[in-house]
Amino acid sequence: MTTVELRDLTKTYASEGADAVQSLSLMVASQQIVALLGPSGSGKSTTLKMIAGLLRPTAGEICFDGQDMSKVPAERRSAVMVFQNHLLFPHMSVGQNIGFGMKMRGAGRQAINERVAEMLELVQLPGIEKRRPGQLSGGQQQRVALARALVTQPKVLLLDEPLSNLDAHLRDEMRELIRSIQTRFGITTIFVTHDQEEAVVLADKVALLFEGQLHQYAQPSAFYERPATERVARFFGGVNFIPGKVTRNGVETPLGRFHAPHCEIELGQALLSIRPEAVEIDRESVQTDNTLSGVVESRVYMGRYARFKVAAAGHTIEVTTEPSLYHQFTEGDALRLYLPPEKIWVLPPDA
Amino acid sequence: MSGHGLNLRRYLVIVLMAGVLFLPFAAFALNAFAFRWFYPQFIPADFSLQAWERIFASNSRLGEALLNSTLIAVGVTLVSVIIGLPAARALGLYNFRGKRLVEFLVLAPTMVPPIVVSFGLSVNFIRWRLAGTLLGVGLVHLVPVMPYVVLTLAGVFANYNVDYEAQARSLGASPWRVLWHITLPAIFPGVVVAGLFAFLISWSQYVLTFLIGQGKIITMPVLLFSAAGGVDNANIAALALMFVGPALLILLVTSRYLGSGAAGGLARI
Repeated sequence: MTTVELRDLTKTYASEGADAVQSLSLMVASQQIVALLGPSGSGKSTTLKMIAGLLRPTAGEICFDGQDMSKVPAERRSAVMVFQNHLLFPHMSVGQNIGFGMKMRGAGRQAINERVAEMLELVQLPGIEKRRPGQLSGGQQQRVALARALVTQPKVLLLDEPLSNLDAHLRDEMRELIRSIQTRFGITTIFVTHDQEEAVVLADKVALLFEGQLHQYAQPSAFYERPATERVARFFGGVNFIPGKVTRNGVETPLGRFHAPHCEIELGQALLSIRPEAVEIDRESVQTDNTLSGVVESRVYMGRYARFKVAAAGHTIEVTTEPSLYHQFTEGDALRLYLPPEKIWVLPPDA
Repeated sequence: MSGHGLNLRRYLVIVLMAGVLFLPFAAFALNAFAFRWFYPQFIPADFSLQAWERIFASNSRLGEALLNSTLIAVGVTLVSVIIGLPAARALGLYNFRGKRLVEFLVLAPTMVPPIVVSFGLSVNFIRWRLAGTLLGVGLVHLVPVMPYVVLTLAGVFANYNVDYEAQARSLGASPWRVLWHITLPAIFPGVVVAGLFAFLISWSQYVLTFLIGQGKIITMPVLLFSAAGGVDNANIAALALMFVGPALLILLVTSRYLGSGAAGGLARI
């Protein structure tokens, strides 16, 4: 039940050119689970380590419940980090690993043993106290690592790529576990990932970072429906872009003029975007506005849906439709597409 | 069929290696218990314990030599490991400007004969009143010992995943507790090997002990060499066994750390 606030957090390495983290400001509300998402080199792991106290910021502040943590060493922050490769101490048993945090706090053997058993129940691995980490499978190791982190009831839980090392089905299990633990104990959780699907499924809010800078911090749906920049939209993938100009009458593009009631961009150059699922094929030519004409370039039958690539005025528009439409059109057919105005999102041109 | 052949061959190789290693000791052992042994006898004509009586006599300096050797070797081992660990950690974990130079300086004593080292040092040691003292001899033993200690420990750290320490700190361990609970257990086999090197090198030092000790500090090698100048083979053999014995014992005790475990516990994943 702790809030975490980052204020102008910066990390500079003398040997590197650009800063690893540039003036990052972020607020994580109490009991929230937030994802730091970005490609490698975006500064997300560096940020996580600074929150944990394992790296010292060059500038800026990290506050837990409003209290500045810069003078507090890592071992006293109660912000526990779980690394990507679990890092279970190989010379200790599972029980000793999990109990480590409590031992550091001076708890008695009885108390430690009880709590360790509790934790193992929690992660659904009862009774394995005496085993060695090397004897466990990857999924089990990850769960023990989680149990170890939670044993001291930390204020903040920090997970570095918690699902990256796991196979697909293990990933789902682990995701469920993290979600349920986080909800049950209400621990403020921040995790790092490069996989946007992972971020979207687990997190209440996502912070998207590129090259040490925060590009958008919002609920997952916002990244799909209202991305802040072209780069953000491209990172989440699968969006159509049409360059154009915002005028008083709509957005003028090489493919026609489109109404976009959600447009928040001022007059001038802009980028019109719409998701392939939102584009409709106007077979009966019902629509008069927000349409464009094109020719089918290619089509793919994906079982659950069909995907068309339509060429129009030098641009390619991708359209995803229900599977039956696959048979209605073939390569070379002329086609009318309708772009529902409420589904259009206008982006500023990238600097 | 081939399984049998392989076993027999391995057995023969082991017996051969054991023979090569232990036959010299067998010769010493025979000599130490011999009364009269002359060429071309294959084994001594008579056996007796008189050599042992002589070396354990109250006027022999065996006790003094054993004590000095042990004190110096143990002291050298402790000091070299304590100062070698930080150096090895830096060399094993990090890259920094001048690292090559540091590596060269650390290894330099192996390139210089001990006599050359001690001639230079003895002048200063006399001036600093360290010549002829246990402390002086111990200090000079550090010279040949340090390269091996630092090299061994640096190898351990090169295979060491330092993230374990970060993980431990995140779980609430202060830096000292991280050292005690995480780092030391991980590098322990390497520390044993490095300590073994230190002990054996110090235990077997002659030239440095003799020149810096100025004949006043009697250690086992010094005793042995002076006896070796004489004609009493049995005496020499008995002393030689007393010299080698403790070293062999230490080697036996630490032998389980000399296998692949010596590379270090927490290897990089």
